[in-house]
Amino acid sequence: MLSVFSVVNQKYHRSPNHEITKCPYTSLVVVDVDAEVVANTRLSADYNVIALAAPAIASDVKPGQFVMVRVGTGSDPLLRRPFSVFEILRDERGRATAITLLNKRVGVGTRLLFKMERGHVVPVLGPLGRPFEPVEPPIRAWLVAGGVGLAPFATLAETLRTRAVDVTLFYGGRSATDLFYVDWFQRLGVRTVLTTEDGTQGERGRVTLPLERALRSIDREQPIMMYACGPEPMLEAVAHLARRFDRPSQVSVERVMGCGLGGCYSCVIRVRQHHGGSHFVRSCIGGPVFRGDEIVW
Amino acid sequence: MVNPVDLSVRLGPLELRNPVIAASGCFGYGVEYAGVVDLATLGGVAVKGLFLTEREGHPPERIVETPSGMVNAIGLQGIGVHRFIREKMPELRDRGATVLVNICGSTLDEYVELARILSDVEGVAALELNISCPNIKEGGITFGCSLPGTHQVVSAVRRVTPLPVIPKLTPNVTDVAAFARAAEDAGADAVSLVNTFLAMVIDVETRRPELSNVVGGLSGPAIRPIAVRMVYECRQAVKIPVIGMGGIASARDAIEFFIAGASAIQIGTANFVDPFIWGKVLSGIAEYMTRHSIARISDLVGTLDTTAREQQWTSS
Repeated sequence: MLSVFSVVNQKYHRSPNHEITKCPYTSLVVVDVDAEVVANTRLSADYNVIALAAPAIASDVKPGQFVMVRVGTGSDPLLRRPFSVFEILRDERGRATAITLLNKRVGVGTRLLFKMERGHVVPVLGPLGRPFEPVEPPIRAWLVAGGVGLAPFATLAETLRTRAVDVTLFYGGRSATDLFYVDWFQRLGVRTVLTTEDGTQGERGRVTLPLERALRSIDREQPIMMYACGPEPMLEAVAHLARRFDRPSQVSVERVMGCGLGGCYSCVIRVRQHHGGSHFVRSCIGGPVFRGDEIVW
Repeated sequence: MVNPVDLSVRLGPLELRNPVIAASGCFGYGVEYAGVVDLATLGGVAVKGLFLTEREGHPPERIVETPSGMVNAIGLQGIGVHRFIREKMPELRDRGATVLVNICGSTLDEYVELARILSDVEGVAALELNISCPNIKEGGITFGCSLPGTHQVVSAVRRVTPLPVIPKLTPNVTDVAAFARAAEDAGADAVSLVNTFLAMVIDVETRRPELSNVVGGLSGPAIRPIAVRMVYECRQAVKIPVIGMGGIASARDAIEFFIAGASAIQIGTANFVDPFIWGKVLSGIAEYMTRHSIARISDLVGTLDTTAREQQWTSS
């Protein structure tokens, strides 16, 4: 058999199976974009927002989906890193041109992303994963964010506000220097409730404190949907509150991820099965968004 | 302009459209990647290792990165052979994939039973015997680390299936070529190597292992030179084809394995980093063949030149 392969050297590689509707996995079109860093804004000594020119992803991504970013150039670090898409940037005609990532410097990969200069090119694979399911009025949306877990809520809040949903953001961090974009959410018409563990901004304590009060005081007849993203103990606390007050919740989990496409089976989380029992589900394709009551905490 | 080159390979009774195969354990059941790569353009898809029954696998953490590599201990989470046949095979057939089913048993009887079941399934091109998974205690590796065990499992499977039988060898032995010979003597159609190298990583701050299973298997570019050496040794030791793998991340890496003696190669970890790697490696191999006037990929296999180097006259 003779085979000829054309050299693939486009700006991005588009998947070959647009027409296939059977594929239950992630997006139908996953692209790998060589994305140029168009801005890198340092928010503090540890946090930055990095903007990546990736129109093919920016125009397709849904709130809660993520991208896999190849932060290194050689083989160390070897694997890509998963990041929630934070914002979608648009040009003057309203076309989506870039995505931003909210990054916190903690390890090798995030340190590289913190330092990255404008003009640098990084491969970005996406959009990936199961997105949030946005609600419609009269359901109210309560977003619960812990630290860098704020990331998926910018696009979710935009979507919800476009639908005229009443949105409240419960946002907690260690200190005032860990809270960002509060004005941005307020300009969108989002009510914000802030907490810090050291009391430097908002209420002192964990974000679940005002959340629990709100759950207790709200009219039983008022439907709400809780969305949560942050450290896993926070997600667990939110899911428990949701169950106690008999309210639905959607949580976005973060696990160590190797590939983002379901190939490596590293990012599993224990999920309840319909017929009883539980099993490990790959959070890259089964999530990262799950119903709070699906997960075995 | 790229001249047409012949990339087709014959591994005993198994014919592949090209020599680039997705490695077991790194490509799910293949269908996960159908949105990214046309499965029919791959030489083959070695699906994730299957037992007779479903397996839960190890709890997280299951992977940890190391310099130029990663260590995994997934623990062979899987849906079992029956669900695989029911839920995955139809789509793999529809998409034209050449399916190598990787099978794993705790006992000899389980390997035999798996081979029997899969022999009747339309679209299964070959059986890859997982006798080398370093991450589970109860099977596989106990056959793969003993010469009589390797001979026993290969000949038992050989007796019950007309499908090509390809044992996947572990590098965690002193003399891997002896295991290739044992497999050949027992009737294997080819051997594939290497599986991962036993490894571990410790968080020095907490003094805890990074993986829940404590130990795991190292893969990625870090292992490539050792894998090339092992493929070379096996090529010298057996007449059956050798399928090479271990840290291949580019066409150049693949070509190194062909020269060392691999008739086909598998890509694993690099697919995690770049799921679009397949077309790039295939076009890179074709480009190399054109540049070196090699018409058929089989003409490149085992062509290592170990003659004394001639002095080159170079004008400065």
